Amino acid sequence: MGGNPELHESGVPPPPAPPHKGEGNSGAFAVSGEPDPGGPIWRGAAFHTDAWTKPADDEPLANGPLILSKTRWLAERDRLTGRNAPLGLQIEPGEAIDDLAADFGRFALIALSFPKFADGRAFSTARLLRDKHGFTGELRAVGNVLSDQIPYMRRVGFDTYAVTHGPTRRALAEGRIPEVTLYYQPSTAEEVPVSTRPWLRRSGQ
Amino acid sequence: MYRYDEFDAQFVRQRVAQFRDQVARRVSGELNEDEFKPLRLRNGVYLQLHAYMLRIAVPYGTLSSRQMRKLAHIARTYDRGYGHFTTRQNLQFNWPRLSDVPDILDELADVEMHAIQTSGNCIRNVTADHFAGATADEVADPRPYAEIIRQWSSLHPEFSFLPRKFKVAVIASEHDRAAMKLHDIGLHLKRLADGGLGFAVWVGGGMGRTPIIAKLIRDDLPEEDLLSYLEAILRVYNLHGRRDNIYKARIKILVDALGLEAFAAEVEEDWQRIRDGALKLPDEEIRRIQAYFAPPAFDERPAAAAAIRVPERAFDRWVVRNTHGHRQPGYAIVTISLKPIGGIPGDASADQMDAIADLAERYSFDEVRVTHEQNLVLPHVRLGDLPEVYRALKAIGLAEANAGLATDIIACPGLDYCALANARSIPIAQRISERLAARQDQIGDLKIKISGCINACGHHHVGHIGILGVEKRGEEHYQLLLGGSGAEDAAIGEISGPGFGPDGIVDAVEKVVQRYLELRTGPEEPFLAAYTRLGDAPFKEALYAA
Repeated sequence: MGGNPELHESGVPPPPAPPHKGEGNSGAFAVSGEPDPGGPIWRGAAFHTDAWTKPADDEPLANGPLILSKTRWLAERDRLTGRNAPLGLQIEPGEAIDDLAADFGRFALIALSFPKFADGRAFSTARLLRDKHGFTGELRAVGNVLSDQIPYMRRVGFDTYAVTHGPTRRALAEGRIPEVTLYYQPSTAEEVPVSTRPWLRRSGQ
Repeated sequence: MYRYDEFDAQFVRQRVAQFRDQVARRVSGELNEDEFKPLRLRNGVYLQLHAYMLRIAVPYGTLSSRQMRKLAHIARTYDRGYGHFTTRQNLQFNWPRLSDVPDILDELADVEMHAIQTSGNCIRNVTADHFAGATADEVADPRPYAEIIRQWSSLHPEFSFLPRKFKVAVIASEHDRAAMKLHDIGLHLKRLADGGLGFAVWVGGGMGRTPIIAKLIRDDLPEEDLLSYLEAILRVYNLHGRRDNIYKARIKILVDALGLEAFAAEVEEDWQRIRDGALKLPDEEIRRIQAYFAPPAFDERPAAAAAIRVPERAFDRWVVRNTHGHRQPGYAIVTISLKPIGGIPGDASADQMDAIADLAERYSFDEVRVTHEQNLVLPHVRLGDLPEVYRALKAIGLAEANAGLATDIIACPGLDYCALANARSIPIAQRISERLAARQDQIGDLKIKISGCINACGHHHVGHIGILGVEKRGEEHYQLLLGGSGAEDAAIGEISGPGFGPDGIVDAVEKVVQRYLELRTGPEEPFLAAYTRLGDAPFKEALYAA
């Protein structure tokens, strides 16, 4: 991010922030999909195809990058650790994560589910994955992902979004994600400390 | 008081611009009501029975004259010439047009105000003791901490989709004037054993369908750890609070279900991980915010108290009831009652707001406070100026000498406005006020609180006498509760027995009051003390026998 930390003192409102800060931080495992305006995954500043598949718990495992439920991972962990294709994990709200602390390094992607937009548990789970467990792979929001949540999601550590909601897809494509780009809390996102109160204040510019 | 810097100002302007775009898209039909609802709720816009309602945040109840004048201007220009002060120290306008709301928010931003987080499942406007910074009985002004919390909680990315709304109150006195123990988190600023300032932290209080008094989770939280400890509590709540039932989603239910010890252990574990992180409050930052709340330049040689006695009994009554001891000799804290006899609790006209702004400018170092009891306060008035202030209040019909008396009634908007209400609150308050007015001095301290539904915005659970409006076979019906308190002796009132109709409830309150007058040891035994001594039996007998 470039940006001018002094912008807030200029008296001129900053331009709208880009809706996303950049590429997923998924290191050597990166499985990005291809740019595709009709694709389901919002990454960076564009929609992409989804390189991942999520088999049902009773479905045989295909080759290629797979996202597994926590139940399946726990049941088949020993067999799956021998797999070479990238592994992903999906956590549902209410599922504990501390018992997986030793496993997170195996996952290139963790998907956190928002079954309803009002269910905000995954915001805290994301913070814990990034801050407590040091997860550096792709953190993906799936489920009821709506436009006014995306800036909050980015700030707690998400970097990709599976978006099915029509108005939100249009808003993303048109760069119309509502966001206040000045922040009163430090976060896991890349933001510029603001000089007057660098311990707390951040700017997205 | 706190003043916005460029960062704060731009933050609010960006938020307004964003909402203006959303309103335009709603008005054009691009957004339907379902899509718009969560957006408007995040900006304080409710849809009530007859119209939209805009709830404006008054952080910790502190207003400047300039801000009060702006509220008057908005009432006159965009509403019907009045506003309603609420039990959360906020102000509601009941008749704004949706298309005007962005302009109203811009007008508010001109005077460093907003409507952010006055609704929705987020951390709501932080409340505080309305006598903060003026009363003699506090260890320090609690408002700087409320302001720090306000900033930290504004558009918090992790805590904007909580299981339910989340309310925080801060006090700094042994006398709880903010109903601190009825909040999701209550903070009591105090002197710690090491001589520094810190907090007793109370968690899991609340009213609504399941009233619970908060529990003490930590008695010795250093001030520098305030935000990290709040974050740990909020995180445990966000992850584990119930989301399957709106009536069981507040933190009070979680604390009760886990037990305080287990809940505290969860909080402690997360807090130990983060307490030395980015949220640790630097001492210089606390002092910097405190500087905004520095005491005004008091007159060191004010007029002697004797000089204020004027030969008017009404004035004397008002001084006795509506002033409170000030930390600065020669000054008083003045309560402006928004409860004229037979009036609508908490309502103020635009003209009254302007007049109060003038009084604050002239006599109270430019400050007004909003109380959770729906009154206003001039926090710093010279004793010698009291007669002038009294006369000016009398001229605008707000000199009722009833602070803390039976006619100083809290009432929610009820079925006259609110889409959630089951029964009207305001007319009940008006009739009780009229009925008890003549005897209110004789009756003495008595807090009557009225809610029009189980959500308890009118704090009926903690009224010495509480009234809850319900619907019974299509009729308005009222339950009576006795013995509650929202103060340091917090208690939940108990339902007296079968309820009453709209006329019967007024008679019932009078019967309870009459029985109290018969049974008290004397005027020195207020209602709540008598009730505690006597129990509910004599009052039930008065209500239901024969």
